[in-house]
Amino acid sequence: MSDETLALEVRNIVKRFPGVLANDHVSFTLRKGEVHALLGENGAGKTTLMNIIYGLYHPDEGEIYINGQKVTIDSPHDAIRLGIGMVHQHFMLVPVFTVAENLVLGAEPTKGWTLDLKAAREAVIRLSEQYGLEVDPDAVVEDLPVGVQQRVEILKALYRDAKVLVLDEPTAVLTPQEVEELFEIMRQLKERGVSIIFITHKLKEVLAIADRITVMRRGRVVGTTVPSEVDEQALATMMVGREVVLQVDKSPAKPGDVALSVRDLEVEDERGLLAVDGVSFEVREGEILGVAGVQGNGQTELVEAITGLREIRGGKVILGGHEAPDRNPRYLIEHGMAHIPEDRQKHGLVLSYPIADNLVLCTYYKPPFARGLQRNEAAIEENAKRLVKEYDVRTPSIFTPARSLSGGNQQKVIVAREFSRPVKLLVANQPTRGLDVGSIEYIHKRIVEMRDQGAAVLLVSAELDEIMSLADRIAVMYRGKIVATVDADKVTRSQLGLLMAGSPAEEVLGKEAVPA
Amino acid sequence: MAEQQHNQTQKGAIRRFLQSIAVPLGAVALALLIGAIIIELSGASAWKAYVALAKGAFGSAEGWRRTLEKTTPLIFSGLAVAFAFKAGLFNIGAQGQLLFGAITAAWVGFAVHGLPPGVHAAVALIAGTIAGGLFGAIPGALKTYTGAHEVITTIMLNYIAMGFTDYLANGPLKDRSPGNIIARTPEILPSAKLPTWGWLPFGFILAIIAAVFAWWVLQRTTLGFEIRTVGQNPHAARYSGMKVARTVILTMVISAAFAGIGGAVETQGVVGRYEPGFNANLGFDGITVALLGKTNPFGVIPAAMLLGAMRAGSNVMQFDAHVAQEITDVVQALMLFFVAADMIVRWLLRIRAEEGEKITLSTGWGSQ
Amino acid sequence: MSTPASFANWKLFWKRWGIGLSIAAIVLAAILYFYFRSPRVTEAVLASTLRQSVPLVLGALCGLLGERAAVINIGIEGQMLMAAYVGFMVNVRTGNLLFAVLMGVLTGAVLGALLAFMSVTLKIDQIIGGTVINILAIGLTGYFYQVGLSAQGKLNPIPLGPLAKIPLIGPVLFDNPPITYASIILVFVVHYVLFHTPWGLRTRAVGEHPRAADTLGINVYLVRYVNVIVGGALAGLAGAYLSLEAVGSFERSMTNGRGFVALAVMIFGKWTPFGAWGAALLFGFATAMQTQLQFAGKLHIPHQFIGMLPYLLTIVVLAGFVGRARPPAADGIPYEKEG
Repeated sequence: MSDETLALEVRNIVKRFPGVLANDHVSFTLRKGEVHALLGENGAGKTTLMNIIYGLYHPDEGEIYINGQKVTIDSPHDAIRLGIGMVHQHFMLVPVFTVAENLVLGAEPTKGWTLDLKAAREAVIRLSEQYGLEVDPDAVVEDLPVGVQQRVEILKALYRDAKVLVLDEPTAVLTPQEVEELFEIMRQLKERGVSIIFITHKLKEVLAIADRITVMRRGRVVGTTVPSEVDEQALATMMVGREVVLQVDKSPAKPGDVALSVRDLEVEDERGLLAVDGVSFEVREGEILGVAGVQGNGQTELVEAITGLREIRGGKVILGGHEAPDRNPRYLIEHGMAHIPEDRQKHGLVLSYPIADNLVLCTYYKPPFARGLQRNEAAIEENAKRLVKEYDVRTPSIFTPARSLSGGNQQKVIVAREFSRPVKLLVANQPTRGLDVGSIEYIHKRIVEMRDQGAAVLLVSAELDEIMSLADRIAVMYRGKIVATVDADKVTRSQLGLLMAGSPAEEVLGKEAVPA
Repeated sequence: MAEQQHNQTQKGAIRRFLQSIAVPLGAVALALLIGAIIIELSGASAWKAYVALAKGAFGSAEGWRRTLEKTTPLIFSGLAVAFAFKAGLFNIGAQGQLLFGAITAAWVGFAVHGLPPGVHAAVALIAGTIAGGLFGAIPGALKTYTGAHEVITTIMLNYIAMGFTDYLANGPLKDRSPGNIIARTPEILPSAKLPTWGWLPFGFILAIIAAVFAWWVLQRTTLGFEIRTVGQNPHAARYSGMKVARTVILTMVISAAFAGIGGAVETQGVVGRYEPGFNANLGFDGITVALLGKTNPFGVIPAAMLLGAMRAGSNVMQFDAHVAQEITDVVQALMLFFVAADMIVRWLLRIRAEEGEKITLSTGWGSQ
Repeated sequence: MSTPASFANWKLFWKRWGIGLSIAAIVLAAILYFYFRSPRVTEAVLASTLRQSVPLVLGALCGLLGERAAVINIGIEGQMLMAAYVGFMVNVRTGNLLFAVLMGVLTGAVLGALLAFMSVTLKIDQIIGGTVINILAIGLTGYFYQVGLSAQGKLNPIPLGPLAKIPLIGPVLFDNPPITYASIILVFVVHYVLFHTPWGLRTRAVGEHPRAADTLGINVYLVRYVNVIVGGALAGLAGAYLSLEAVGSFERSMTNGRGFVALAVMIFGKWTPFGAWGAALLFGFATAMQTQLQFAGKLHIPHQFIGMLPYLLTIVVLAGFVGRARPPAADGIPYEKEG
């Protein structure tokens, strides 16, 4: 094979960050018209490599070749000029601008000095038709559903004549049906000569769409293979470096009294729109209720309302038989609620505080940690030493600021703190997002233990695998409503996928479906 | 965490302390240097000027007294700003809060008769503290319930306080003794005055006690933990059950109370009555002191002394070396610039950046 | 539930412009009423309104240019003060008014560059950076100020021919000194640039989602620098207005908090040039009324309370409106390029 058929090649890329070797002599090739999957767990170095290719980072060593020519990419400007387009994991769209404005930003058509929005709109329409990606040029981006926003991102790259398209974890925010649509778009782009790099940590997708698969682990390339020669288990082993247990060991649930009861709950989002639209469910002691659904269907607002972080517009949240008098998180915490928040750095930790302080964040005012106004430092330290040991938190000392810890260890600190109180209800929201496999296994184990000790667990997750492996009962959330609640062992993955995408419960599950 | 210090070597502790004061010292040195250049450029001798300044501030008991008198309100104002900083709040209203404290103390000082000396002084001090504190509740409440940023509201309230106290001093509380036309209150009764022992004003001792109190609240109490958490991460504060709104208002009240007692001390210990034209710009001075002292209550003391010394010595400097007093304003502004732009100083002195709590004041105008 | 398209459009229009139109209508009615009662006083109040609004609108434009690119500028007060001083001194030394104004503008721009340096490059907290500028301005103008200097001339009104003769609006709108005219023109210019040019689009993108702009090859730092410097120039113009057009001399702290009031004007005007203009006129009106009330002596309120009016109004505006308006999303957050 001559060099001409390689749309992109990188050789021996090295990239160091303080304390971390993100890319360790990475070499990688992309053939013209192929879909090449870059697989690895969180922190493996995939996004770093792509940011280098897109000019957002500068490599410490190594070379990049486009169509056989050596190039230097100092900024996204250069990357765009070389025909590289990137769709980031967190969209790079200006929420208050329209689709047309977002499309042309940085490459605006003008009439003299004036911005020519008419030409921009026409470009959107032209590209939409050309590639079969339907979008309304005048729609304001923040009003669009996530799947459509992603199409805008792809159109942005195509507007700039991208021949190499990098998709960074594009399926994290899509329903299984939307994932299929995305794959179809990718096949069409392939036919038009666009070469695609597809970053993910999801094994099933990789096997479904990729022509070739490269696995990265801890900054190095472990190997390159093709779907026909591997299966999920083999890929998982390559990703992690050891045998991975893909299913959690779990005995059947023994549900007791109702610990949490949510009735006709209505919650508004930041813009005053109804994010939670009449939701009702119950969670019993000793069981795990999993709330499945693609992000953006009201789960965030639901959890915030239950945990006292957001106002309730209508309906009731009843914890252990009593309605909270003022929905203050402190009341809920004192009555046995534990909360592992979705955004650990925003809600769950004070990054600049030492671990010891983070571990008493919710209990600092009670004995033994305080006597009246005065804090008891000795008790706080004692507590920290004990918890760090018990939960195996890797840290140089209990006084290290939380920001110095890895994601997995930060999450362990939160888990240690929450589990160190008597727990009647555990609310876990995306508890393993962004974590390495080892931490994921650990946290899953602990959640099941908590259930077995008699706590009620409300698990909210966008990772369908996590729900299916941990939950005893599953509720599917779509557009602010619970569309179905089923026993975990009585439903299949594809049924859940359909429900998550909005298919009516009756159709999917038949008449035995438990209505919302 | 004191334990940490003991666990690690003594040498490490000393090194860390030196590192933490390196930036403020560097900032001061740079500012003095540039001040010297400006003085030279305007034709005078920088050396003579600085020597005269030091002589004026520290060269005699009289000088020391003046220095400490000028330092005292700066400590209070610096504490006010530093305390609020810890909760992520920028209290530029120390000026107005101090005015309210001063005039209230003056009023209690001349209007209340028949109290024994110590009690009268204490009551006046307390009244001034409360007046200042309540005035500070206003921007606190505005921020909490409407999201109005305290930078602007406190500055606006400063102007309002100036107007209001001006009205009081010209009207209801005016000194109506024969021969007086100035807008000011009557002199306070001797029983309300604060003593000065030679070169040591009692007010200075109160200021030191206030600094210790501020440190104790912030580092050793649950309230201080709440205040610092709200400053470092208000989202996590809410998540963990802290009442953010109550903490914000309480912090502003305490912060303003420091300014209030500062005003009372100035009235009772130095001036003897309330007179307009009282320490303009104290609000901004407080910011300089707080930042030079790295928003640490104990750091505020030396920082305030430095500024107080400059103020006290500046008349002598003007007299001896013929350099306008206002050069101290310029040097002060430069100090603030360098301590705020600490990166410049670090780069010049090759100091590494520190770990630990950094405060963010500006995340837009909206309610959190 | 289907709503006829025209009704929905009308509802949207009212939601956006309803309050503004209502206020405008009431104000217009009041003006006409008072004009027929006493034309001279009305003219005086309106003229004063416009005059008072000039530094506010310029200051608000300065603020909003920066904030649209996500840089908060609370140093407008210091920029105005420094520029007022420099303009005044240049005029005293050279007698040339135009040159003096230009130097004032330049001063504002230089301080803007300093603010940009602190906020964008050094990534200092923007509130502290602005405060530093304020303190620097107070210190430097205090130190170098000499009592008793007088300016050589003052910028005088330039009547625009026949337009100046129209009753009521003529003298108020068309017989003004140059900087006043300039401030009105600048409102239109800034609006055009911000909303109808690629540069404006990029500025707004940088203010809402700087990383998105960065990934499209836009230089976030450069955009912020330019906007803050140009904003500084506008603040400088406001300062020159104060010492060379409005008053004709310089006094310590002559800006008197206008730089901060300008921020309230900016917020009230929802970070748009025309909104800022309307808000500035409102504040200017409050100040003009205050002077009128003091002269008339009709109300028996001590003058100190009347003098508090602009400041109280600022607080009321901030308390009432800041929660409702949406500043640019990245406002106040320094931008970090990684890697």
